[in-house]
Amino acid sequence: MEEKNDKKIPRRAMLKAAALSATTALMGGVKVPDPVKTGVIPDPTKVQGAVPGKLGTRSPFEQPIKKASEISGRTPLQDLYGIITPSDLHFERSHAGVPLIDPQKYELLIHGMVERPTVFTLKDLKRFPALSRIAFIECSGNFRTGKETMTPQEICGLTSQSEWTGVMLSTLFREVGASPKATWFLAEGSDAAVMTRSIPMEKGWKDAMIAYAQNGEAIRPEQGYPARLFLPGWEGNMNIKWIRRIEVSDQPFMTREETSKYTETIKDHKIRQFSFDMDARSIITYPSYPQEVEKGWIEIRGIAWSGRGKIDRVEISTDGGKHWNNAVLQEPVLDKAHTFFRYLWRWDGNPAEIMSRAVDDTGYRQPFMKQLIDARGSDMGGYHLNPVTAWLIERDGKVLFKPEKRK
Amino acid sequence: MKGISSRALVWGLLLYACHTPDTPARFGFGRPASQAEIDSQNISIRPDGAGLPAGSGNFAAGRSIFQAKCASCHGPTGAEPTPNRLVAAFGDTVKAKTIGNYWPYATTIFDYIRRAMPFNAPGSLTNEEVYHLTAFLLCSNKIIDSTTVIDARSLPRIVMPAKQYYVNDDRKGGNEVK
Repeated sequence: MEEKNDKKIPRRAMLKAAALSATTALMGGVKVPDPVKTGVIPDPTKVQGAVPGKLGTRSPFEQPIKKASEISGRTPLQDLYGIITPSDLHFERSHAGVPLIDPQKYELLIHGMVERPTVFTLKDLKRFPALSRIAFIECSGNFRTGKETMTPQEICGLTSQSEWTGVMLSTLFREVGASPKATWFLAEGSDAAVMTRSIPMEKGWKDAMIAYAQNGEAIRPEQGYPARLFLPGWEGNMNIKWIRRIEVSDQPFMTREETSKYTETIKDHKIRQFSFDMDARSIITYPSYPQEVEKGWIEIRGIAWSGRGKIDRVEISTDGGKHWNNAVLQEPVLDKAHTFFRYLWRWDGNPAEIMSRAVDDTGYRQPFMKQLIDARGSDMGGYHLNPVTAWLIERDGKVLFKPEKRK
Repeated sequence: MKGISSRALVWGLLLYACHTPDTPARFGFGRPASQAEIDSQNISIRPDGAGLPAGSGNFAAGRSIFQAKCASCHGPTGAEPTPNRLVAAFGDTVKAKTIGNYWPYATTIFDYIRRAMPFNAPGSLTNEEVYHLTAFLLCSNKIIDSTTVIDARSLPRIVMPAKQYYVNDDRKGGNEVK
């Protein structure tokens, strides 16, 4: 009899009731305190756990967050593992906020030096062959310094990596009959800045993509929902988000973002323009500030990347740059992609200075700040700075950033 | 290739070819864009002036509009030390990168104001207002005088003082820091 009754209660409902009572339900009118906040965690083998939900959750013990300002949100590199940035932690940078765009009304217009000016809906874009590629996007203004208590997120958190899926721009160029005489195209976003950048057609034909998906789902609003331009290895600003228009042309448009911004002063008062490629770079994310370490074996970890190709090697120094050894590159080592590296080191407990230096497959070696200043002058702007970043390990195991001087 | 006979390879390729249709030259997706809808969206201005609309602007009218619609962020003259300082003539000992000392093309001023300004009401200015503001900013930066009228013909002819310093990126990777 009892058995029969049991069967009448759906198992799911029972589990749900149990889970609720174990976590948040009212018991006899008394609210059960949040176990995470109180630190009183019941033996998980003695109470029913939470039932499956419609969306996954992070463990309440893990709370990685972006560091946000009015114009950008930075990826917490020190909290991540491997090479994929969780989509909600992907850095963001916008010039007029994140627009709300109805995917049903979304259209991409391609016109100018084309045989057939065409409007594509989102549905149209998704009917074309869908290619996927894992690669980083990095803001070209991605270096901060100034004090010892800075995290990788604060120093260079404007780089993130996703698997991007979309239609190759070359496919769309063929579809509209882009003129072989065209040399540049303008990409325009539908945010309130109506952001525009001029991009060489060569890049458009080579590996540019109109991406509508990120890490397996629709691209996030902060990354350009419902579709963005994706230019592997090129400075983030050119990867126009919320893209609404492409105008094929035979000259650059000299937009505000490629003249008064995203250009850098170099020696002899010169102003360098159209600096597209992101130079090779690396950062040790463990150990880094504000982590603390113990004497003995430490696996130094981090990421390295290059906008020009694959990472060839990452060199590690644990003695302030006197000696260098190669780190192990974790597969996959992908073209224009964050590459995870590891290096086993036995720390003897004495103060130490550790640093990493990326070398890409063009032979380019990540420079020290001094080399950048020597090459560009001390008035160099803040774009395309990729200096070797060092961490100081104190005797008590505290890890501090070694701030680079800009002069 | 060792271990695979050439005959097997040929058969393999044939099978592959039979089962994988060639990518078509065109898919036929999307719809033709009408000239009217292209014109309604196409707001870009090229440095040669292509795209500039009819109309004209002058310093005095621009100053009034600037004080009414731009001063809350940029200051009443644009020369105030705001984070978005616009005015400092070429040669001034000012660190800020302004239209006068940094912008290489005058057409960019029109293009950017029209597409993105004012910050609290982007895209709300008339073409005439944008011409006036452009004239105001060019004059304030000592690039034109206060009587010069700016229009589609004159704006692209203005040579900005900073243009001479612009060089194309010459970084190429390899064993070189630039």
